[in-house]
Amino acid sequence: MDVILFLIFAALAVACGINLVVQTHPISSALSLIGVMGSLAVLYLLLGGEFIAAAQLIVYAGAIMVLFVFTIMLLNARAERKGGKTSKARLFGIPLLVVFLGLVAFTIQGLLPKTEGVQFGRFRGGSAEAIGLKIFTEYLLPFELTSILILIAILGAIVLARKEID
Amino acid sequence: MNFLILSLIKAAIVAFVLMTTLAYLQWIERKVIAHIQLRVGPRRVGPHGLLQPLADVIKLITKEDMIPSHVHRVFFLLAPFLAVTFALISISVIPFGPEIDVFGVRTYMQLTDLNIGVLFILAISSVGVYGVVLAGWSSNNKYSLLGGLRSSAQMISYELPMALAVAAPLLLVNSLSLREIVDRQGGFMLGFIPRWSIFQGPWPQIFGFFVFLIAAFAETNRVPFDLPEAENELVAGFHTEYSSMKFAAFFMAEYANMVTVSCMATLLFLGGWQPLFPGAYGSGFIPSILFAIAGLIALYHGLNPARKLDKFTLPAFALVFFGIAVLFLVPILSNILLPLFWFAAKVGAILFLFIWIRGTLPRFRYDQLMHFAWTVMFPIAVVNLLVTALLVALTGK
Amino acid sequence: MPTSVPLSWYLLLSAILFALGIAGFLYRRNIITVFMSIELMLNAVNLTFVTFSYKLKQVDGHIFSFFVMVVAAAEAAVGLAIILTVFKNRQTLDIDEVDSMKY
Repeated sequence: MDVILFLIFAALAVACGINLVVQTHPISSALSLIGVMGSLAVLYLLLGGEFIAAAQLIVYAGAIMVLFVFTIMLLNARAERKGGKTSKARLFGIPLLVVFLGLVAFTIQGLLPKTEGVQFGRFRGGSAEAIGLKIFTEYLLPFELTSILILIAILGAIVLARKEID
Repeated sequence: MNFLILSLIKAAIVAFVLMTTLAYLQWIERKVIAHIQLRVGPRRVGPHGLLQPLADVIKLITKEDMIPSHVHRVFFLLAPFLAVTFALISISVIPFGPEIDVFGVRTYMQLTDLNIGVLFILAISSVGVYGVVLAGWSSNNKYSLLGGLRSSAQMISYELPMALAVAAPLLLVNSLSLREIVDRQGGFMLGFIPRWSIFQGPWPQIFGFFVFLIAAFAETNRVPFDLPEAENELVAGFHTEYSSMKFAAFFMAEYANMVTVSCMATLLFLGGWQPLFPGAYGSGFIPSILFAIAGLIALYHGLNPARKLDKFTLPAFALVFFGIAVLFLVPILSNILLPLFWFAAKVGAILFLFIWIRGTLPRFRYDQLMHFAWTVMFPIAVVNLLVTALLVALTGK
Repeated sequence: MPTSVPLSWYLLLSAILFALGIAGFLYRRNIITVFMSIELMLNAVNLTFVTFSYKLKQVDGHIFSFFVMVVAAAEAAVGLAIILTVFKNRQTLDIDEVDSMKY
């Protein structure tokens, strides 16, 4: 069951990733990226990271990507014009690339030490309570620094995007 | 029983009840707003217009399904699908009652209990913005684009006070799982005050409740925050170009969102399916008493009816109400039906509040709306959270 | 078909997504798509962190992944503001046309 879920969502993630690179219109790329983030959220759930899965959906897919989509709509982005690349290179290059990468992946995977597989439920330390305990005791300084970082980002975005007062 | 079969049965029951609720929520809204405006509302299709939702469904299905030529087809077709999907998914983690025992099968009245249930609902409502955004943009139309942008900007702005208002009762119950949140709101203080979040603990969550309700109005694009879909400002906002089933999908998504936020408010602040006063004082008889009173009123009006048809329909309703009142007294069923009654009563009260406010208040202008979110709601929510956290830490709960 | 997913498959998926992010970053011409490829790379790195957090049975990987998300949010806000400014000044979103420092 784990394997089936992993294969489905990994295939979905890779398909959305390829779609992101291949599509010409930015909105299609944005939606493909949201698809990638959704599949990754499910993969985090399989790895026992429930808080990170929820945070991925709330922060990444629900806020950052909405910002991207807003900007694309605001700037009225159009599809890119076609570049001048030869199609012969693409015809030979892409299958060769896939074969090469497949060989590299297979070799590396054979060389890695055999560890236990990932089974859903074996790692229970990813709950909100565990993360909260660690963030507010051991990683308190990075936490406070990232809050200042966000403050700086807010100020920067407001200064950059405001209208000029003539 | 096998977990999968049990889940499928529960999912089928919940889906059926939810769809019926959504259809009749529209009927209730039309009737209540009509009575607020001193008119009657739908009354021709079926007794008192009760078959009106059915007529609406048939009308929407058989309408011509137009896709204008200037839209971006893929996103145009994807947007209502996303809106409806995300609106309906949130119901899967909402607990309707405690653990029950049906024909020897012990199960919770909840489809699934995630231990991050609250975060799940927040995540789904965050991702639910995309249906609106895509609908507005793909329609390739000034009014739709403006409506879509305004609506989604409003939704993401009010997510912040909503999340902060949600965080405060979580401090009182120490868990993110919805079932545990409701379980910890059981019991009574001083013998008769229920231990709900708005009454409980070092800091009663009344401000949090109101902040959550106001943010919920804005999240679901209801009056007084419904400028993005107001008919006299923006033609029809982001769903201008949609017809037939896709339009029905957006409507269904709006009502499903309303139901979801009402359920959230009930679970987090009003104690879910916990009764209002202890069973020792007779809270088990309240539903029977209420339905019996409703039956008596229906019978009284049925004896000297205002309209001729009511001579038959009102006594029929009275019979139904008396039947339900008797059903609540049967001991085997009352374990299941009593918590359901309290939950449905609280959710129904909040939904009635939604409909009541729609009939009463005028709408905000868009800049007033955004200003309100960032300068009034957000500070109140933050201060509420800080005070709750301070008092919880000081009293050492 | 193994009964549980080997850990190396997760790392492989992360590598593929990272490579796709780099490909998008180098190949595409629209500024916003380039930016989205950067976000794809960050997501791939997040997956690696969570995978190793599973292997070592510690929650620190999750926390680091959380910080990566926060930094990505800040970066997205400022980056999009910069893109807006570039668009206001050059009226184009094509990075091949934003190639001179002189205005």
